[in-house]
Amino acid sequence: MRPRVPTNFSPCVRLLRRNYTYNAPIPNYPGHVPTNIFQKLFLAAGSGIYSFFDPTRGDLIATLGEATALPFLMERLRDRMLADPTGRRILRERPRITSSSLHIDQLLEYPENTIGRTYAEWLKREGVSPDTRAPVRYIDDEECAYVMQRYRECHDFYHAITGLPIIIEGEIALKMFEFANTAIPMTGIGAVLAPLRLKPKQRERLQTIYFPWAIKNGASAKPLINVYWEEILDRDVQKLREELGIEKPPDLRGLRKKRISRL
Amino acid sequence: MAFLQGLPLRPYQLLRLGHVAYGRFSNARYLSASALLHKSNSESNQQTAASRTTHFGFRDVPEDEKEELVRDVFSSVAKSYDVMNDVMSFGIHRIWKDHFVAKLDPGRRPGGEPLSVLDVAGGTGDIAFRMLDWATEIHNDHQSKVLVVDINDDMLKEGHKRSLATRYADGSRIEFKVQNAEVLDAVPDNSQDLYTVAFGIRNFTNIPAALRAAHRVLKPGGVFACLEFSKVNVGILDMIYQQYSFSVIPLMGQLVAADRDSYQYLVESIARFPSQKEFARMIQDAGFEVSGDGYEDLTFGVAAIHTGVKV
Repeated sequence: MRPRVPTNFSPCVRLLRRNYTYNAPIPNYPGHVPTNIFQKLFLAAGSGIYSFFDPTRGDLIATLGEATALPFLMERLRDRMLADPTGRRILRERPRITSSSLHIDQLLEYPENTIGRTYAEWLKREGVSPDTRAPVRYIDDEECAYVMQRYRECHDFYHAITGLPIIIEGEIALKMFEFANTAIPMTGIGAVLAPLRLKPKQRERLQTIYFPWAIKNGASAKPLINVYWEEILDRDVQKLREELGIEKPPDLRGLRKKRISRL
Repeated sequence: MAFLQGLPLRPYQLLRLGHVAYGRFSNARYLSASALLHKSNSESNQQTAASRTTHFGFRDVPEDEKEELVRDVFSSVAKSYDVMNDVMSFGIHRIWKDHFVAKLDPGRRPGGEPLSVLDVAGGTGDIAFRMLDWATEIHNDHQSKVLVVDINDDMLKEGHKRSLATRYADGSRIEFKVQNAEVLDAVPDNSQDLYTVAFGIRNFTNIPAALRAAHRVLKPGGVFACLEFSKVNVGILDMIYQQYSFSVIPLMGQLVAADRDSYQYLVESIARFPSQKEFARMIQDAGFEVSGDGYEDLTFGVAAIHTGVKV
């Protein structure tokens, strides 16, 4: 029988004698993957580089967002939700947007210029569905994880009420808008680094038209995270824009078509 | 010379089994008795297979579900399997596999018969191609065949695709079949000279059953060889290795293959696999003869090669 190592030995000696057992960290919510700072840095760097070269990997953009979600900024966003009565209700009720909870085909029947109709039409035009949002895994605080999840699921609504299309220019413009409105780091990173992939004419369009629009409107508008989208699907889009303080930007697809037809 | 309970070894097997010590007959088990014992156990076990749980990584799942779960894991990693192996082991897995094949030294010897090799859980064909190349180049053996079996059709398809780019594209020396390693219903008894399983056995639901199936299909004198992740035998290195496995590999799986969960399962299944000595014991329990400890550590025990001979 091997003699037992006394436990008052230093950890170094204990390691040399006994088998090491890895203790997995305890998750804070279902689906949570606890990560330490080094792992977050690794994820941020890896997903940033990878998604820059392969932007079709949507899951990596989500991972980048979660790895760079500084707790300070996420808590600030959560506090902005807490400061608003609708925001507080959203945090309490924790609604989730999926295709089953929204009934897209019903939304298409809504009157013109309602939020629901605009959203469903935008989904159809761009060919996307609300189920494409991955669950949040790497954010450690449970409530901040929900805030990030909510932001991700409402992203399509932001597209719908600003009218920005799903092409990369539209996404960048919307990212800048979201950065000015929510201060989530990934939106800023996307808005600053992604234009490096664009053609000069597209960058010029962004610089002269869309970025100024995004910064002005995002900063002055009320926080979009506090909008309870599921309840206002039958309200008029323009009224909502006026309430929030957003102007609709020029139609990006229209501008691109015009330029192509002029060439 | 070798006289194993009245079964003489054929000449080529004597040459090949230089690493097997023939002096261990004090521990020799009587094959028929142990085989009968195991048979009766498995029959009573079948009634409760659905209610018994087994481990899937660190989770507990019903036994009849594990097969499906493992199949799903490998379906999702099939295409990027080799890239991930390179990323996880820094390319060392190639060295391990080369050493494994060199140690087994497959190939028809002068005056001998061509080998029939069974490569289990060898979906993408890494080991199979290495063995065929070794036999062809070192022993000038153009007849030995390899049957690659796997539970996962996607991995086999990957392997078949790769075979089309080799000199074995006509399929006369390599065959791919979907089989469950615990049953091997398409493989007749006493038909294989060499049974190999590389990085597959830790995923099996019932490892003793797979070892017994291996025993069944091997010819007397046939060799069982298993290359698998195992326990690192130096304390500090073990800590570093496990930290690396659990902290880094699933994240790399997320980045490279968009599949964190499959790689989490892979590192957990490595942690769950028995140690070198325990596994050597299990191989002996299935009726194989082992020499010495029955295993060889690779890279401080990160991987280990276990061998046994059917007597």
